[in-house]
Amino acid sequence: MNKDIRRLTLILLFTPFALWIVLLIVIPHIGMFILSMREKVAPRVFEYGFGNYIEFANEPIYWNTLLRTGSMSLLVTAIALIIGFPVAYYIAKIAGNRTKGALFLICLIPLWVSDLIRAFGWILLLRETGVVSSSLQWLGLVDGPIEFLYNDVTVIMGLVYTVILFMIVPLVSTLDGMDNAMIEAGYNLGGNGFTVLRRIIVPYAMPGIVAGCIVVFMLTAGSYLTPILLGGKNSSWFTEQIYNQFITRYNWESGAAFGFLLLAFTSLVVWLGLKLSGQTLSSTVARS
Amino acid sequence: MRLKRTLASLLAATALSVAAPASAETTLRLLTWGSYAPENVVKLFEEKYPDIKVEVTFSNNEEMIAKLRATGGAGFDLAQPSHDRIYAAQLEYNIYKPLDMSKIDTSNMEATLLDGVKANTTIEGGVYAVPHQWGTSGLMADKTKAPEINGWDDLCDPAYKGRTSMRLKRTILLGTAFAMGEDPFAAYADLDKYQQILDQVAEKLITCKDNIKAYWKGGDDLSAMMLSGEIVASETWDSTAYRLFSENSNIVFVPPETGALAWIDTFALPRKGEADDAAYKWINFVLQPEIVKLMSASTGAIASIKGAKDLLPADKKAAVNAAFSDEDIANLKFFANIPPGVEDMEGKTLERIKAATGG
Repeated sequence: MNKDIRRLTLILLFTPFALWIVLLIVIPHIGMFILSMREKVAPRVFEYGFGNYIEFANEPIYWNTLLRTGSMSLLVTAIALIIGFPVAYYIAKIAGNRTKGALFLICLIPLWVSDLIRAFGWILLLRETGVVSSSLQWLGLVDGPIEFLYNDVTVIMGLVYTVILFMIVPLVSTLDGMDNAMIEAGYNLGGNGFTVLRRIIVPYAMPGIVAGCIVVFMLTAGSYLTPILLGGKNSSWFTEQIYNQFITRYNWESGAAFGFLLLAFTSLVVWLGLKLSGQTLSSTVARS
Repeated sequence: MRLKRTLASLLAATALSVAAPASAETTLRLLTWGSYAPENVVKLFEEKYPDIKVEVTFSNNEEMIAKLRATGGAGFDLAQPSHDRIYAAQLEYNIYKPLDMSKIDTSNMEATLLDGVKANTTIEGGVYAVPHQWGTSGLMADKTKAPEINGWDDLCDPAYKGRTSMRLKRTILLGTAFAMGEDPFAAYADLDKYQQILDQVAEKLITCKDNIKAYWKGGDDLSAMMLSGEIVASETWDSTAYRLFSENSNIVFVPPETGALAWIDTFALPRKGEADDAAYKWINFVLQPEIVKLMSASTGAIASIKGAKDLLPADKKAAVNAAFSDEDIANLKFFANIPPGVEDMEGKTLERIKAATGG
């Protein structure tokens, strides 16, 4: 009797999760995969094969865009880590209990505003007739208006701003669990600040760092609005290619193939990152 | 106690929502362009036909077709794609159904537009679309700062380096082809020839990249760049230019010397639409002169009925008169039917231009 109830509880708890995974992730992906294997030979006539993937390999524009997206996402991840780590360390270790909550809240606030509004905020600030350019002119620092928008630096800045929170949150929760005595011991044993950071704090925070990096990298590589709105005339993003295939070119088959390639590519990068840092998924994402 | 009250109100709400469809109300699900179903028009329509409720979804040509394709033509009762987006989409995806012309009052329609659309959208004897409103794509320029803009290729004039814009879509490909003395619409019949034209256009637009400040993506960012003076000339929809004209009368629409490209937005029935009668009522309703007045004030486009230009609001009429001479009207190039496969060729060309590091 008791055992039955326990089993029922387990099933009931597991059902929403299983439904979520199967209905919203597994089934659509199977559909997408089948779609990606179709090749259009004539209107309403299709054949199955790897044509869409071969087309990707044969067209440098496509894989260049994918590599560009990947490398820029890695750069964004690195910058987010470099900026996010001190912030997280301050919140977790230096700030008092009360300020901690307030600081955390301040980090969260930008997340209450949608991506689109945040991108438009950047546009208002950075455009040629925008706030930054006109204040610089008013201060007499520059002679004419400056265009800050429409280049890769702006895209990277906008992306870092959008995703940095997802770096800070896992870092804070990992660092929070670290005993201050370990840091003190490090200093007592004659280590300087850098040694303590390198030998004690970073190794301890590694699960948080890896978890944050994975989330940030995935979000960046899959983002659409920020690179499109802030990017200039040369800045292609791979998600834009997928949108173009689906919507502008009516080519769902190749769009689906591109979607799978993006998934495979980002998974590969994450796997490489885990291998290189000597971590596993269960020791990082599951723990932090 | 509290729970009981919540339950009671929940029950009442359910009862209400179940009761609502019982009054034999039909819903007209309209898939159309932003501003093509202004609130005042919807209200007048619902007053005239109290048993019809109008639900509006705003979209654009590509998304309309993608939405209908995803469902095989279900989910909407009336769509408004442009006249060149019916034929191939129907052949490839079978998303529309033929119209029952006896239910549409065509007596007041501008005959050339009606015949043009009919010719473009007749498949196996069935007519798939009738015209609603038309407008053009061309150029706009700030007269005081860029007085010499009058052809598509003037956007690439080094005199305006970093001060022009365009949308990286098929319009600029076609415009540039015309400016190079080609006729892309004639080349639709011979896709190899069309590919050659596209290659030349791509080369031209890649070298031109240096001259462009940024590619605009929607009417809003184009308006902001133009009004702030960050750019002095751009490829544009005429309605956007008319709107800016009312804010700054130096900004005018310029029909390119090779002819402005004209589109006609149509009415078409999605294949699995469920409220055809309501759809026909909407078509006839919005083409009445007094409704056209309200509609044109909202869209800035000209309705496809006789004497429609006089039904434009005063400021739009002034903008149209400032832009078009009778000669320009005669020189209009109507978008030709897009044969299957052309979207893919054009899409690839656009990607090449976007990816090139010319500027």
